[in-house]
This record gives sequence, structure tokens and C-alpha cells, in this order.
Amino acid sequence: MKKVLSLPESMKDVRTHYCPGCGHGVVHRLIGEVIDELGIRERTIGIAPVGCAVLAYDYFNIDITEAAHGRTPAVATGIKRVLPDSVVFTYQGDGDLAAIGTAEIIHAANRGENITVIFVNNAVYGMTGGQMAPTTMVGQVTATTPMGREASSTGSPLKISELLAVLPGAVFLCRTAISSPANINKTKQAIKKAFRVQLENKGFSLVEVLSPCPSYWRLPPGEAAKWIDEKMVPVFPLGVLKESDNEGDDTCVKK
Amino acid sequence: MTEKVLMCGNEVIGEAAIQAGCRFYAGYPITPQNELPAYMSRRMPEEGGIFIQAESELAAINMVFGASLAGARAMTSSSSPGISLKQEGISYLAGNELPAVIVNMMRGGPGLGNIAPSQADYFQATKGGGHGDYNLIVFGPSTVQELADLVGTAFDLADRYRNPVLILGDGILGQMMEPVEIKKRKIKGEKDWILTGAKGRPPRVIRSLVLKEGALEKHNMHLQEKSRKMKEREILYDEDRTGDAEIVLVAYGTSARIARAALNMVRSEGIKAGMIRPVTLWPFPEKAISNISSRVKCFLVVEMSMGQMVEDVRLAVNGTCPVHFYGRTGGGVPAVEEISKKIKELV
Repeated sequence: MKKVLSLPESMKDVRTHYCPGCGHGVVHRLIGEVIDELGIRERTIGIAPVGCAVLAYDYFNIDITEAAHGRTPAVATGIKRVLPDSVVFTYQGDGDLAAIGTAEIIHAANRGENITVIFVNNAVYGMTGGQMAPTTMVGQVTATTPMGREASSTGSPLKISELLAVLPGAVFLCRTAISSPANINKTKQAIKKAFRVQLENKGFSLVEVLSPCPSYWRLPPGEAAKWIDEKMVPVFPLGVLKESDNEGDDTCVKK
Repeated sequence: MTEKVLMCGNEVIGEAAIQAGCRFYAGYPITPQNELPAYMSRRMPEEGGIFIQAESELAAINMVFGASLAGARAMTSSSSPGISLKQEGISYLAGNELPAVIVNMMRGGPGLGNIAPSQADYFQATKGGGHGDYNLIVFGPSTVQELADLVGTAFDLADRYRNPVLILGDGILGQMMEPVEIKKRKIKGEKDWILTGAKGRPPRVIRSLVLKEGALEKHNMHLQEKSRKMKEREILYDEDRTGDAEIVLVAYGTSARIARAALNMVRSEGIKAGMIRPVTLWPFPEKAISNISSRVKCFLVVEMSMGQMVEDVRLAVNGTCPVHFYGRTGGGVPAVEEISKKIKELV
């Protein structure tokens, strides 16, 4: 009998702490599969965020650290500049990347840091109890928007990937969702592409993954997947936001 | 460099760091330490090192965090308001047991304050600064040569203890030019804990989140054990004419230079005065002070603050004799005459 599915070598064989229906486990696995398939496990260094994925360091079978909230791209910058032959990725949530770490992500992208960012957007702060995130939908009820998010006082969902797209240093930006098997497959291809951009020394790459949080969306997992397609995708359209024809010359290899 | 050259303190920090093997510097502009990042931006590429002008102090200290865990000797520098911003990162460095050298060329505060020299960040430097139970080794150099030597020592001790080390200077020391000899230091030992990619070995994790019940207390006790060793081995101070002294001055950094001049002045007038100059502000040379506290008439602590180190002197003296204070604040620098007048009032 042929074994057709097994745990990637880049993942540890442990149970995660994630809630039922949470997207983090799926995204973790996709990253693990991509690292295995690219054969880069022994040169990859990951950086976990502060947020629900803070314990990612317990799940990946790679060298990994954990940054202060939002400072993840700055830590990645320090690692990658010191070890330019390593493969460095950050794993960040919407609070980490699009609120407290806005400055760090914009400037890491603008410098063209040759790192890969996996940005998990689930429109809510999960770890701290479901508060409003910068990417929370207008009208969405959260712990800190009990009447639903009002754009007039709290702003609109922050489309940070679109903001990054204007920066010459950002080479590959793509938004995907894990709302269906087909979309999960597309997400994996995008993650693979992002890592390849780094391996080719082209510069900054980021994949924004729209991911379900059934617990704080107060929806069953199946409904949460539908909510992504129906509520989030119209605001956060899927697809490649930017793919520049950067040749990967020396200007992108930070020494 | 093996011969004496004339350099300003800020540039000396840069060259001494490079000669100590520092190959990563990240910083953000702030007066009065701007000569240092400018120097690093020129010298680091020559040495195959990395210079980054970060988008903020927060980013700079976290870039140092990344560089350190990847194995580089790494440094950042700033002045008081910027050091306040770095405190989060300093706490994380300590919690993650990452070596780094941080330079604070103090200016007047609170708030934006001014750009004149100050010593008002002593509490922040020696009593924590960031959140949590941790200690930094803190050096308070008073000459450009001592600054050069202590920067090298700082990198060695940061690696030895896997702990950040702080150089606490001020605007005068940073701007002042003095003849200096900067020696190259050898880096001893391999780091067997850094993240380089798990090639042919089990993966490593560097983190400061310790959730399991009782585990953080255990981790913190391990940090305290390191602090205990630092207290046992790393205290440095300078003792001057305390043998027959009735009054002993205690001052560090720039204040110590001025206090020394006052000491020379009153000695020439026959007053039996002496001085203790802490070189490490943490660990503090409390025994040097307590050892003589029963035979002197009193201490006079001189600071460019409204009284911060004086609290450590009082703890060391523990009520054995009076501890007086003379300080200037907001960029005020004590004059030799002011200090000698104060000494004469007390003896």
C-alpha cells in the first residue's frame, strides 16, 4: 500500500491549541508542506508573532523564534541580514501586522527585505478574546464593537496589502483564502511562490490569507468558511496584488 | 588601531564595537549621539558588517534582537527619549537571554527635555526600565578611553551571560574628544544556541513566552542566578584617597570628572576628602561603600539628576553615617566650585 498523506517533516507531530475550525492549523500545514517540497527545512528560520499563533514555535520542526507584538519584520530583518543564505519567514496575524506592527511591515517591505511574510487575516483579535482588529468588517460584532464596527468612528477594514503594493521593494503580494479545498490549494501555491521569490533573492514577498475564526465570529466552521467568501472577499479581493519583474540582482541581496 | 588617536566619544564607541567584533548596528537618529550611527554607516560596510537606519527605536532594538539570535555581535544606541522606546525590546532581549550592547548617551528629560547632558536615566538603567524581573550590567564610563575599553568588555560580558549590557554615558562624553587607544578583542567560544537553520541537528527555539505552570518562575530564577554571578564577579569601581577621608564623594561618568576636580581643590586646602567612582552602576559597588561607611564622617553624592544613584549609596550605607546629595537637573552641570563649597559646608 502506498502512503499518500503524511505529516510534513517541517511540522512536529503534536496537537495544536487552536479552536475547532480555526484556520491557523491549515496555514501551518501549508507552510510545512512548502518548506518540505522546496527542500529548505534545514536553512529556514521562522518568527512567530504575538497573537493566536504565538505558539507556532511548538508546531514547526525548524529553527524558530517569537517576536514582540508587531516587531516581527524587524526581527526578520536582523536575522536575514546576518544570515543572507537562510530562508526567513514571519507568521503574523492582523493585529500584529496591520495594527501595532504597521510601521515595521511597511518599512521592511520598502527596504525590500528579502523575507517572506505569511499574513493571516481573520478580522479579529483571537488570543485576547475577540476584540476589533484593523481588518474587522464594518458591522462586525466583536468584544470591543458590541454594536458592530462603525466606519465613522473606528475606520474601515485596513487593506494593508494594497498599501504595500505601491512600494517598489514589495515584489510579490498575493491574497488568498482558505475557504474551500480549491482555495486552500491556491493558498499553498501562493506560499510556495512567495518562498521562491525569496530563494531567487528578488525581495519582499507576502501572502495574505483570509482565514476563519469560528469562535469569535460566533459561527460553526462551515458557516465561517462561507462568511469569508460572502463578507470578506468583497472587501479583500483575492488574487495577485503585485508581482514585479524584479530580476533578483545584487540590489536585492542584503549583505 | 594600536596607537593613540584623537576621537570623540560617540565615534570611539563605534570603533571599539567594531574592534570587539560587532558586525551589526541598527539605530535611529537622536541628538546627542548622532556621530555614532554616522560612523557606523561608514565603517560597517568596510568591515563586512551591517548598518541599518531603522524606522524607529522599536524596530532598531528588534533588528538587534534578530541579529543577536542569528549569532552576530550586535549593538544599538540612542539617547534618553529613544531609550525609553527601546525598553520593550530590552526586556525581550533579557527574557530571551540574547546578548546585545545598548548605548544611552543621556540628555535632559523628562519628555523631550533638551539635548544637554544629564544623568537622569540612572533609575531606568539600573532598576529595570522594561517590564519583568531582570537586570542589565550597566557601565558608567567617565573618560573616552574608559568608554573604549568598556564597550569591548560589554560585548564580552553580553556573550558570557547571554544578557544585554548597557553603556550609560551622556552628551558630554559623547561629544568630547580625548586621546584614545582602541584595542582589538578576540571573540572566545562558539555560540551553540543561535538560530542558523536546523542543519543536521534538532531545531532550536528562542522565546520568552513561558506558559507552563511554574515554568516562568523557574526561568526567572535562572535569570536571577545569572544576576547573582554578575554581582559576584563584575563589580568595577575606582577608589581615590579614601584612606584618611572624612568625607567621601560618590559620583560616576561626567559628574565624577567634575567631582574629582573638586576633590583635588579641597585636598589642596587640607580637607580630608576622598572619592568612590562606581564604574558598574549595576551591579553597584555597595561593599566598597559599606566597608568605609563606619569610619567616615559622611558621603556626598554628586549627580546630574535630582538624586537617583544616591538611593543606592544610602542602601549601602544603611544608616551608618549621613549621605548628602548635590545635583543639577535639566541639563545643568555641577561646577567644581559648587561641589567644593558643598564639601566645605559638610566638614
